Amino acid sequence: MKITSWGRLRHEQHNAIAITNHRTLSAQIQHSAPGISYGMGRSYGDICLNPDGWLWQTRGMNRFISFDQDTGLLSCEAGVILKEIQDCLAPRGWLLPVTPGTQLVTVGGAIANDVHGKNHHVMGTFGEHVTGFRLERTDGTTLDCSREHNADMFRATIGGLGLTGVISRVQLQLRRIDSPWLLTDTVAFSSLDDFFALADDSEADWEHTVSWIDCLAGPQTRGIFMRANHARAEDLAAMPEYRQAGGKPPRSAGITMPLTPPVSLVNKLSLRAFNAAYFAMNARKAGAGVAHYESFFYPLDKINHWNRMYGRRGFYQYQCVVPRTTARQAIADMLAVIAAAGEGSFLAVLKTFADRPAAGLLSFPMEGATLALDFPNKGARTAQLFTRLDEVVTQAGGRLYAAKDARMSAQMFASAYPALAQFSVFRDPGISSAMSRRLLGS
Amino acid sequence: MTQNKRIVIVGATSAIAEHCARQWARDEGQQEFFLLGRDQDKLDAIAADLTVRNPALSCKTLCPDFTSTDDIQATVSKIVANGAPDIVLIAHGTLPDQQDCQQHLDMTAAAITINGLSPVLFAEAFAGPMQAANAGTLALIGSVAGDRGRKSNYVYGAAKGLVTRYAQGLQHRLADTNVRVVLIKPGPTDTPMTAHLKQDGAKLASAEDVATTIVRGVDKGRAVIYAPAKWWLIMMIIRHLPRFIFNKMDI
Repeated sequence: MKITSWGRLRHEQHNAIAITNHRTLSAQIQHSAPGISYGMGRSYGDICLNPDGWLWQTRGMNRFISFDQDTGLLSCEAGVILKEIQDCLAPRGWLLPVTPGTQLVTVGGAIANDVHGKNHHVMGTFGEHVTGFRLERTDGTTLDCSREHNADMFRATIGGLGLTGVISRVQLQLRRIDSPWLLTDTVAFSSLDDFFALADDSEADWEHTVSWIDCLAGPQTRGIFMRANHARAEDLAAMPEYRQAGGKPPRSAGITMPLTPPVSLVNKLSLRAFNAAYFAMNARKAGAGVAHYESFFYPLDKINHWNRMYGRRGFYQYQCVVPRTTARQAIADMLAVIAAAGEGSFLAVLKTFADRPAAGLLSFPMEGATLALDFPNKGARTAQLFTRLDEVVTQAGGRLYAAKDARMSAQMFASAYPALAQFSVFRDPGISSAMSRRLLGS
Repeated sequence: MTQNKRIVIVGATSAIAEHCARQWARDEGQQEFFLLGRDQDKLDAIAADLTVRNPALSCKTLCPDFTSTDDIQATVSKIVANGAPDIVLIAHGTLPDQQDCQQHLDMTAAAITINGLSPVLFAEAFAGPMQAANAGTLALIGSVAGDRGRKSNYVYGAAKGLVTRYAQGLQHRLADTNVRVVLIKPGPTDTPMTAHLKQDGAKLASAEDVATTIVRGVDKGRAVIYAPAKWWLIMMIIRHLPRFIFNKMDI
């Protein structure tokens, strides 16, 4: 059947195998190799695709195995999505310590991409909170991996692009919360220097930090800096928004982008209007507030199929990280390149990462600043823009995020991920994806 | 809701049934699940999952012979010994290959037994105790395939047609009691049973959405539920097509 990923750049034929039970997984992958795991298809590029080949759909393998209410240790199958975990356990006082901007991803996918969230400087990446998992290899072997057992394979699999085996079951450490609410603070800024100053100032006192930037604003980059901490019960009583909501989480069914328009709805005209409105709206409500964790962390999850907005040709997300020392200049240069190309991005997210030891060999985060931008696919024009952005990133000593990537060169990947040679020996020869062939040659 | 809600799921490892169980498990209050299936390991996994989702519920797993009248009767008697169930969902089945059934009578017999006869025997075994208790909802999963025989799957369709006619009769029998009999007719659903259909590019409803429709319908005690609801209209048309048109269709 025809399958695509979140960027909707290509819709190609795959032989899909539904994996619905972690006990049958091993036999299934042995009889359908080479293939690649596919969870929710929320990575943007080709990390989860294997055109004309086998695709192991893990979404049906979605059972909880055990949960310890006292310690917060959860065991589940790898196809469970983050939303299922949090829907079930947030009311009991537990959340995932690290989640990306969507909770509609599988646990297996979160490990394979070693995803990060708005609290990288406090909690690091998803992989740091994985205490163990079971890896099935296409030669029929089963490896229980943790920091104590098969520690090398554990490190290779976290952020390992799905190439070391298929994860069947996982053990995760959750974090305690007093309430599902966050105390937030919103600050408008009007230059990159302001952004970096805000980021530095916020690091000690705020667990979650992220900012949206208006990349059409020219050399004086304006944006909205959002920071938040988990609320304690006594903090909440004083907040009017919380009392208004009656302490109940917002329950909206969400809306759906019903069809894919022939051309992208994100264009220069709509973007300028959107950015101006978004900036004005948030600048006006700057200051302290309270937000439910779902609306603060996953605002786009409320719009089903928002990716269709970019039209039939799909879109790219370009996410890079540049080291702290070069970050200020590199971000400014990239914004200038984008402006010069007459392009703009609707989702422009800027955030700093802290200096933490990486959980996986190929984990993306490093100390510095990360910039994520969406661009509708306009073919060669978009490719040229990326080539220029790549130059800035490479010069700055930065790298791109594989979870978002559909087009970087093998050379750029190899030079930016020094542990690649070390990683290669852990690969499962029966696993291959469009991305692995593009970036690793097989 | 009674103090201790008793929910029996026959064929609990089916994807639709599993999603129904998860939705019922969200209810607060004491619940007791009886999960019946053929594969003990799978039942244990589902029981563990439900228990994480709601630590207040308890699960019992049972692996009877689904084709033995004695075993069905004994199993049901054991379940109802401590009280009649509040909900019984009879969900088991397999999708046989029509061509194979045409070649081999034993496959036809097996398909009709597991998809038609066996669900009816379970329902009949539960009907008596539920009638005596004068309470509860007995839900059977039929299929849109049971609405009109088609050359592409009439053996399966005939078995599900048997379930349909049986459910009608049982509804008639229990009409002036408080027992509700619900017949569910799912359209093709995205489950392991239909994986091969999906390969051919068919658009299938998700097991989760079908389960939501079922749970809602069971709650209301509706007599017939099409899931998704659009199949009511589709099957209404298909049932009423004149034979000279219908027989020319390749469905």
